[in-house]
Amino acid sequence: MSGPIEFWSVTDTAKRIASGETSAVRVVDTILSRITNVDRELGSFLATDGDGARRDAAEIDRLRKDGKPLGPLAGVPIVLKDNLVTKGIATTAGSKILQGWIPPYDATVVEKLRAAGAVILGKANLDEFGMGSSTERSAYKKTRNPWDTSRVPGGSSGGSAAAVAAGLAMASLGTDTGGSIRQPAAFCGIVGMKPTYGRVSRWGVIAFASSLDQVGPLTRTVKDAALLLQVISGHDPRDSTSLDTRVPAFVDHATGDVKGMKIGLPKEYFESGSGSIDADVRAALDKTIAALKDKGAVFSEVSLPHTKLALPAYYIVAPAEASSNLARYDGIRYGKREDATDLLDLYRKTRGAGFGPEVKRRIMLGTYALRSGYYDAYYKKAQQIRALIKRDFDDAFTKVDVMLTPTTPTSAFRFNAKATPIDMYLGDIFTLACNLAGLPGMSVPCGMSADGLPLGAQILGRPLDEVSVFRAGSAIEAAVGLGERRPSGIGGI
Amino acid sequence: MLTRKEVEEIALLARLYLDTDEIETMQSELGAILEHFGVIASVDTTDIPAMTHAVPLELPMRADIVMPSLTTEEALKGTAKRDGDLIVVPAIIAGGAE
Repeated sequence: MSGPIEFWSVTDTAKRIASGETSAVRVVDTILSRITNVDRELGSFLATDGDGARRDAAEIDRLRKDGKPLGPLAGVPIVLKDNLVTKGIATTAGSKILQGWIPPYDATVVEKLRAAGAVILGKANLDEFGMGSSTERSAYKKTRNPWDTSRVPGGSSGGSAAAVAAGLAMASLGTDTGGSIRQPAAFCGIVGMKPTYGRVSRWGVIAFASSLDQVGPLTRTVKDAALLLQVISGHDPRDSTSLDTRVPAFVDHATGDVKGMKIGLPKEYFESGSGSIDADVRAALDKTIAALKDKGAVFSEVSLPHTKLALPAYYIVAPAEASSNLARYDGIRYGKREDATDLLDLYRKTRGAGFGPEVKRRIMLGTYALRSGYYDAYYKKAQQIRALIKRDFDDAFTKVDVMLTPTTPTSAFRFNAKATPIDMYLGDIFTLACNLAGLPGMSVPCGMSADGLPLGAQILGRPLDEVSVFRAGSAIEAAVGLGERRPSGIGGI
Repeated sequence: MLTRKEVEEIALLARLYLDTDEIETMQSELGAILEHFGVIASVDTTDIPAMTHAVPLELPMRADIVMPSLTTEEALKGTAKRDGDLIVVPAIIAGGAE
């Protein structure tokens, strides 16, 4: 790969630094100066750690000069979604309730990135606590879509996706609870991978819905996503839900070889009705299917009968878990505290002032669903429907290796386009079920809309079969990906 | 549409202060969301076990040995109000000191 440094792949950057063709300091200085020039308009960073990044880059260059071994990400500049805690770097989760908090430790995924030699640039904007699909719910700033600045970058990992798409970082780590990696990746024309639940440690990830949250990479190529996932995967004794299982060499499977691969098209995802897909998205998917057939993939229709129930089940389970997880923000041990005369008043005032409208809405919804007398009708019922959704996938995966769907019903929408909470929630219709069932899912660019916006194809795999997802994803990238096309809406180079 | 009283009750359970405008918004928005999700009531889930996690959860045991952890200073650094190694909060018992 050639072209400007800002758009080098992760793989290429690490290789060029390791070979001495360029230095880590030169790469990080180039990226930091682009952040300075472009991010005022893009709004993708909440915090930049220029000094730390330069120091870490200089250390990589020193190690190389001394002939010491370098990690697989040595010198690669990466931005982290601001719900991953970072020792010594302010972490807000996009919320005023954590304004000014400096964590005393690194999340496991951050430790792993650092150990692999990555250079941490800073923290990326997000919807408050990951609750949103446009990054409009950040308490701090608006992030724009680099392809068209009148549009949202998606969310909740919108700052991550915008930064990577616009060349302000080589990659990012985001979190995905119901599509928060895959949807912004689709809107910004990059790759976004949500691993199998339990593949990656959640220790140090600011919790939204613990049974659904998973950390994953946002990158410009499928191979980069495979490399990053390989680095951050693995058992962590500090997270009891992390799986003690072998981590395959994902990078070796991003080959584009889909000969004989059985790919399912879930018919419910292509039916008309609420959340039905735009003509542009449909056309891009048709082209993708044709290209994969040419490469030897075998397609068949599959059925996931409970698909329509994923949205209500998700929007009961996730807020219920969130209402419990967010109880920790009480103004006592860290974060914002409002003055009050008694403890109950302190809790209520602090939380009333510290949380934004969407977070309050979900805490209220979750509290409603969990309260005595309503538990069976809402929370338990939603968990039973979750089991039915998982069964649908289990049945379908006896017939196919992976499934192909659109990532989103439409391309990126304009700011303030979603009038009601339900309008916003409906946009998540294709990504939620994957989290409920705990499957790996990836969004890969698969073409452009008529008005010049990127579109994403979603590949869903069996639990722990990221390998097949990377195989299919790399085939899509090679056949119908964006190639050398880059966003021109902002700071084009 | 939820009643004002219902919203106030839930807000108290959730330890959230909501102003008058927020209460009104919640009445209509939560009402609309719950109505939209009413569809789940009609699904037959007889004998379907509730799924709490995507992977089987086995709570592992480990040896009870001291591991490195935060120092007191690090752990207390984020608190808004402290007195030495203590966190200061408003009186919990009426008439008590801070």
